[in-house]
Amino acid sequence: MDAVAFRPRPWIRLAWGLLVLYVVWAAARLDFTWSRFVVGLDNAEKFIGRMFPPEILQPDSMLNGLVESLEIAILASFLGILLSLPLGVFAARNLMPAWVSWPARSLIALCRSFHPVIVAILFVKAVGFGALAGILTLTVASLGFIGKLFAEAIEEISLKQVEAVRATGSPFISVLTYGVFPQVFSRFIGFSTYQIDSNLRNSTMVGIVGAGGIGSTLFAAFQRFDYNFVCAILIAIICMIMMGETLARAVRRLLGVDVQKSDV
Amino acid sequence: MRQRHENALLKPRENSSGLQAVRGHDLVDARSVTLSIRGLSKEYVPGKPVLQSIDLDIDSDGITAIIGPSGTGKSTLIRCINRLVEPTVGSIHFNDQDIVGLSRSALRLARRRIGMVFQEYNLVERLTVMENLLTGRLGFVSAWRAWRRDYPREDISQAFALLDIVGLRGFENQRADSLSGGQRQRVGIARAVMQKPRLLLADEPTSSLDPKTSVEIMQLLVSIGEKFQIPVVVNMHDVGLAKRFASRIIGMSTGRIVYDGDALGLSEQVLQTIYGGEDWMQ
Repeated sequence: MDAVAFRPRPWIRLAWGLLVLYVVWAAARLDFTWSRFVVGLDNAEKFIGRMFPPEILQPDSMLNGLVESLEIAILASFLGILLSLPLGVFAARNLMPAWVSWPARSLIALCRSFHPVIVAILFVKAVGFGALAGILTLTVASLGFIGKLFAEAIEEISLKQVEAVRATGSPFISVLTYGVFPQVFSRFIGFSTYQIDSNLRNSTMVGIVGAGGIGSTLFAAFQRFDYNFVCAILIAIICMIMMGETLARAVRRLLGVDVQKSDV
Repeated sequence: MRQRHENALLKPRENSSGLQAVRGHDLVDARSVTLSIRGLSKEYVPGKPVLQSIDLDIDSDGITAIIGPSGTGKSTLIRCINRLVEPTVGSIHFNDQDIVGLSRSALRLARRRIGMVFQEYNLVERLTVMENLLTGRLGFVSAWRAWRRDYPREDISQAFALLDIVGLRGFENQRADSLSGGQRQRVGIARAVMQKPRLLLADEPTSSLDPKTSVEIMQLLVSIGEKFQIPVVVNMHDVGLAKRFASRIIGMSTGRIVYDGDALGLSEQVLQTIYGGEDWMQ
């Protein structure tokens, strides 16, 4: 009998086969076909044709919207970063007893369970139209993201360094500031700048459901079929996001922080 | 300038010995015993004791080496003294207090007077050498001031003086993770001495180092112990180093003390009792 270098794995082949079958079936069910796409292309051509040239129909509304989006993003990031610092510490199972870490972890899970659009709708219903709902929405998103990753970062630290600080008779707060934070600070900065980036993007969206910012201007323009204006707004958003990203990268470089891919 | 720092360093020690003389009246035992362990046992798993009813007094300055095979409870014994490991039963008297019975906050205050040196140095890697040294003062400085790096001037000058003593002058702004093993352990020792401890514990301080650096670190521990008159308790598995540097050797085997005496009394027969077998001695 010949020696076999690779064992045949029939189950894996079967799983692949089933996956392919499901994709084909789902595509057929949803009319996801080439001919449907061609029909759609026709429409897209008309739509894109009407977008150009871009035209700023309501400069005041656009400027106010952009400024408001920026404010929402910055306030929400500030609040989110500030609150996720203690929340992340409380959620770290290697520092806190279960009765502290459990509620904190549940709160983080709750913050992460809904897409910002859903959270925004809930806040608009709860506190009314406007920027406040947007700020709260993105604060929740920041808490969920930074809180979770920060807690995980703390759970990966070297406890030997912490033990040495504890052995000096240091109070708990100083154990945190000397034994724990130096080990996770650069990752925290990384998570935070990424979240600022993400908040900036999302702040342009929350307006669509009435939570303030450029999104409401954009949505109104869509509904009036002012596609030239839509195009101008989209370009403005792209510029804002790109500036934000450049700024975030500059901050990271300034602080000597490299965000690892696994972090984000 | 440097000279003045060293004098400043020595002063607290004089104060503390004066203090001990006063406290001597309160002691039941007239001798000023630094550390007195009675009936200490530790079971990580119920029914499987790692330490079995240890009685031990440490009262002399100089190095006390605890030797024995790995897994025999040396590390557990040392860590019970500052309760990094919780003892199961027994008492540990240090500075007129039973460490075992202390509340969390009282334990914190007691730990301030016990310096500890670790096998893997346990420096905070991303902090500078100076910040690591000042970590030794955290028990005495409020969290707010520590966070703002606002330490009393005498702490700073003490730190610079210690950097001189351990041979790391000029390294204060280097990050700990840029140092070699020997340099790290020097920082580790300086950090412990920053506490102005009445007792210095060292848990396998040379086990991660090469033979030459190990000797240098042991010499440093001896000279620190003499200079500041601190009793030093060192865990080690290197019998040669223990014989060379320790004024007293405690031999442990399976959680018990089987030898307590000087290096001369450490005969082959005694070593066999401690480590078992004899092949390793050839």
